[in-house]
Amino acid sequence: MTSSIRLGADIGGTFTDIALDLRGKIISTKVLTNYTAPEQAILDGMDIVLADAGIGYADLEIVIHGTTLATNALIERRGARTAFVTTEGFRDVIEMRTESRFDQYDLNLTLPTPLVPREDRFTVAGRIGAQGQELAALDEAALEAIADQIASGGYGAVAIGFIHAYLNPAHEARAREIIGAKVDLPISVSSEVSPQMREFERFNTVCANAYVRPQMASYLDRLQVRLAEKGATCPVFMIHSGGGLVSVETAAEFPVRLVESGPAGGAIFAADVARRFGLEKVVSYDMGGTTAKICLIEDFAPKTARSFEVARTTRFAKGSGMPISIPVIEMIEIGAGGGSIAWVDAMGRIQTGPESAASEPGPACYQRGGQRPAITDADLILGKLDPDNFAGGAIKLSTDLAAGAIAAHVGDRLGLSAQSAAFGIGEVVDENMANAARVHAVENGKNISDNMMVAFGGAAPLHAARLCEKLGIDRCLIPPGAGVGSAIGFLKAPFGYESLASRIIGLSTFDAATVNGLIADLKTTAEGFVRQGTEGKILCEIVAFMRYRGQGWEIPVPLPDRAFTAADVELIRTRFLDAYARFFGRAIDGLSGLEIEIVTISVKAADERPAPEPATLTHGSRSFSAPQSRAVFDPSSASVLQTGIVARDSLAPGDRVSGPAVVVERETSTVVTAPFDVVMQSDGSLLMLRKEIV
Amino acid sequence: MSDQTREIHMQVMWNRLISVVEEQAMTLLRTAFSTSVREAGDLSAGVFDPAGRMLAQAVTGTPGHVNTMAEAVLHFIAEIGRENMFPGDTYVTNDPWQGTGHLHDITMVSPSFKGDTLVGFFACTAHVVDVGGRGFGADGKSVYEEGIQIPIMKFAERGVVNADLVRILRTNVREANQVVGDFYSLAACNDVGHNRLIAMMEEIGLDTLDDLGDFIFARTRAATLERIAALPRGAWTNVMVTDGYDTPVKLMATLETRGETVNVDFGGTDGISRWGINVPIIYTKAYACYAMKCVVAPDIPNNWASLEPFTVSSPENILNAPRPAPVSLRHVFGHMVPDLVLGALAQALPGKILAEGSGALWNIHMSVRPAAGQDGRRAEILMFNSGGMGARPEQDGLNATAFPSGVMTMPIEATEHTGPVVIWRKELRPDSAGDGQYRGGLGQIIEIAPAEGHEFDFSAMFDRIQNAPRGRDGGQNGAPGMAALDDGTRLKPKGWQHVPAGRKLVLHLPGGGGYGDPALRDPQARANDILKGYLSGDRK
Repeated sequence: MTSSIRLGADIGGTFTDIALDLRGKIISTKVLTNYTAPEQAILDGMDIVLADAGIGYADLEIVIHGTTLATNALIERRGARTAFVTTEGFRDVIEMRTESRFDQYDLNLTLPTPLVPREDRFTVAGRIGAQGQELAALDEAALEAIADQIASGGYGAVAIGFIHAYLNPAHEARAREIIGAKVDLPISVSSEVSPQMREFERFNTVCANAYVRPQMASYLDRLQVRLAEKGATCPVFMIHSGGGLVSVETAAEFPVRLVESGPAGGAIFAADVARRFGLEKVVSYDMGGTTAKICLIEDFAPKTARSFEVARTTRFAKGSGMPISIPVIEMIEIGAGGGSIAWVDAMGRIQTGPESAASEPGPACYQRGGQRPAITDADLILGKLDPDNFAGGAIKLSTDLAAGAIAAHVGDRLGLSAQSAAFGIGEVVDENMANAARVHAVENGKNISDNMMVAFGGAAPLHAARLCEKLGIDRCLIPPGAGVGSAIGFLKAPFGYESLASRIIGLSTFDAATVNGLIADLKTTAEGFVRQGTEGKILCEIVAFMRYRGQGWEIPVPLPDRAFTAADVELIRTRFLDAYARFFGRAIDGLSGLEIEIVTISVKAADERPAPEPATLTHGSRSFSAPQSRAVFDPSSASVLQTGIVARDSLAPGDRVSGPAVVVERETSTVVTAPFDVVMQSDGSLLMLRKEIV
Repeated sequence: MSDQTREIHMQVMWNRLISVVEEQAMTLLRTAFSTSVREAGDLSAGVFDPAGRMLAQAVTGTPGHVNTMAEAVLHFIAEIGRENMFPGDTYVTNDPWQGTGHLHDITMVSPSFKGDTLVGFFACTAHVVDVGGRGFGADGKSVYEEGIQIPIMKFAERGVVNADLVRILRTNVREANQVVGDFYSLAACNDVGHNRLIAMMEEIGLDTLDDLGDFIFARTRAATLERIAALPRGAWTNVMVTDGYDTPVKLMATLETRGETVNVDFGGTDGISRWGINVPIIYTKAYACYAMKCVVAPDIPNNWASLEPFTVSSPENILNAPRPAPVSLRHVFGHMVPDLVLGALAQALPGKILAEGSGALWNIHMSVRPAAGQDGRRAEILMFNSGGMGARPEQDGLNATAFPSGVMTMPIEATEHTGPVVIWRKELRPDSAGDGQYRGGLGQIIEIAPAEGHEFDFSAMFDRIQNAPRGRDGGQNGAPGMAALDDGTRLKPKGWQHVPAGRKLVLHLPGGGGYGDPALRDPQARANDILKGYLSGDRK
């Protein structure tokens, strides 16, 4: 790996990040995202880093790309006009959703509109039952007529989703044949895009895939052509939401898998740090301008889930977006970033976000017309930021404007000084992130304080120490290159693919041959995708999602990668009971005869990655005294303390600085609160650790 | 600690307390067996001070338990007695009059001790699959027929579960494993809350929640009273007729603003029914408060101080039915209470209140079995389904969306795995929305057949079949509901009925009422309704 030349490109909402791994040396840059020609921003950034490195396009061995374009197309509803063909009697599944309101008390609630409007949804008779059997034959004549309508209807894509197709895809396959014979459009079918039970999620996912497909295919085409024009001869691979790499061809066919690929890169970045230092339990914390994202990383791998929600329309509220059921790196995202606006509610409580000042007008202190206080304004008033040295001095920050905005919108209403109000704002945003992290850990049956934190993103180092105090976390790493973490993460991603299938299998009627056959099929699919990118050894992880019959929530139970025999029922049962007790504290006593069942089986295939150069955490050998100091507010003692200021690049490995301190660098500052010290590591990471740890 | 720092500490702790109850609710959601909890969110969780005043309630959950749980905790404190409370205890009841209105809802309360000091209580409620008796339906003649009754008692003392209670329970309910499993889930969720609370108090260095409680209550009370003061003064009465079991039932409410409170009186409502559709006042109050809060103070969190100014009163009647009235289906009229109360509020706040909607969920409990002489499976299946919501003063009503209930529907693919039924149709019902400047939400059509070789009985829990949801301010009524077999046989709105092998049950769920004069509707909006097939008119 260290001998190769690899390039990662991450298109985000504001910036396009490029990271070049030149035989182990990272060279990176940020350029503004170009919405009309996204590939242009990539090439602009590549020109910069390649010139820096003194190499050409032809020297690249691989380009790894992740993009938020698919997500944006869903959020902004800029996809293709899509025809959706579905089972008779179920025209409105994607419109009726869960028949519920995501906010119980808002009577003026608006629900998200379906991706495919009702007039573009066609139904056809034919029905598969819950055991995969055919209950009613497919009405092929009706399908012919529908195909004619689609052909003349001015559509750009077709989606097909039938009830229980995840068990028996025959009707979907036949429908694709019939429509494909008359219509020259990309056709997506639910049993391929998302073979999971639960019709709303599956139908919405296949519609989303069809909806973004023409646009993504054309973009990926252009990108490859432009790269070739520049002289690149290497393959391009795409990072998917599950954190692995797939070929451009696969990505163009299943573009819904690219949704959330940028944040996935961040999680892989953190996982790589965890692997380098041998940290088995890590929580990654990524805070940017608009949101904060938190992800649990166990045994060097980010936690994954089988579905998630995108394009939330209202205050990031659960239920206000649309479900996408594909394998995904599981993280929570809340509206807490440097630009999040602080305000006061009817009870006089300080609230932060989810509204953001964004980059224009930005926080009040940017002096670009922002009137309302943002988190960055509070950070400035508390002394965490140096007004004359923000972004390397590129942006002058106004303490007066920040104080004025905080007083006007928060302090005066509560009778608090600007400093106390800024303290309150900081406490509330940190508390919100801490609560989200805690609830996320509970949902996964984990204890958050058992983890070490890895913090990255522009705003995270300002808040990480206080967050650790609130979560009872003792140590936090801030790796170098944290500003372009996702793009660096791409370089570390394996060629990987996860296949899933829903089958209800009760352990009392466990049939080893059926399960082995199912797993073999899933492996063939997953390994096929991985083989497009690697000749190396492929490792498979088998996970069964299981529950007591009658429950509705399945927990992941890892299984060995080998053929099962009838005797393995006991092994599977034991593993389930162990996992259950880990999640929920106690297994349920005395439930003799209550059936345990498998609902979904997943096979995750990935090539074996070369281990990163191992490093050992040092707690420091030399104490380093800060050359200068300034007044910074310390939250745990709620008072202003004289605080050491240290330039990050002045620290040598093993140097330990006693908190309170601020370690400054061009892109951000690391705030070390009074309970912590900070130690420079051999790889350039900063380790914050509680004072009592030596 | 300076006053300024204290202010910020209090805010942070309040925030944390809400997170603690969210974790508590999340644990219940993840571990519950009961379909209505896990798929539909029919639960609630909260934390209380030692006097039994609610400090915070999880947002996760359904309005039916708003402040039913709050009152239940007071009953627990009185019944158990402080001297009999120990660390590790968990108390339980399903008493409809002391809990949340019917035997299917299990309420558990756990004292939270920090050292030897009682610092508060955690409470939670969830609907379990079965409680024995006649099952979930309207046919009981008294509460004694509706299932096992558990008076307030200890489920666990000092961490040791009451084995006798578990044995009695096992013997009395149909799905013993799932019900016992849910008892454990409820207890576990209180444990999670307790552990988080103690961790928070240790981190912050608190010995009691007294100061925090005072802070929460003072802030909330001030905000709530400000909203109430902004309401016009007076009394307004609304009458609504519903289907009832076999004869129509009149509901009546008078909303009165007086001083610092808003009271709803249910005098004039019809008397107690012979059937299990009666409502204990505790549940009536929950939905009355919910309706008022939605309009008056939707952004103010639920706690003792925010709920206290909203009161109810009623003579004995179907909305205040004392023991031993049958109450199994209390949710049907409970779900009608918001539209009833909102109708009165609409007179106080003209132009601000949505039209009537489908109201009660159209729940179906099916008992499936093999047809005579056939092989097959038996299964109990519960589905939640929603008709249309009423039109809002400036927006169309929501199609097929639960209101006032907070529950979700289940995927039909999951339902078909639960037992041998086939759902042939579940889609929007054209022409069901009440016309108006803003139209109501559409209802839906559902067709369910027993799988081949099977038949089923089902417990109907429907309303708005004879009495359509009414429009407001010139808006027209939504289409009433309909229950029938596919051969045209009409079925009753409530009670156990039969669907033979080879037939389908066909349900047309009501549409929401319209708002404002239909002549004022934007022609573009009307054309869009025709394009989408919401109106069948020109298309076919």
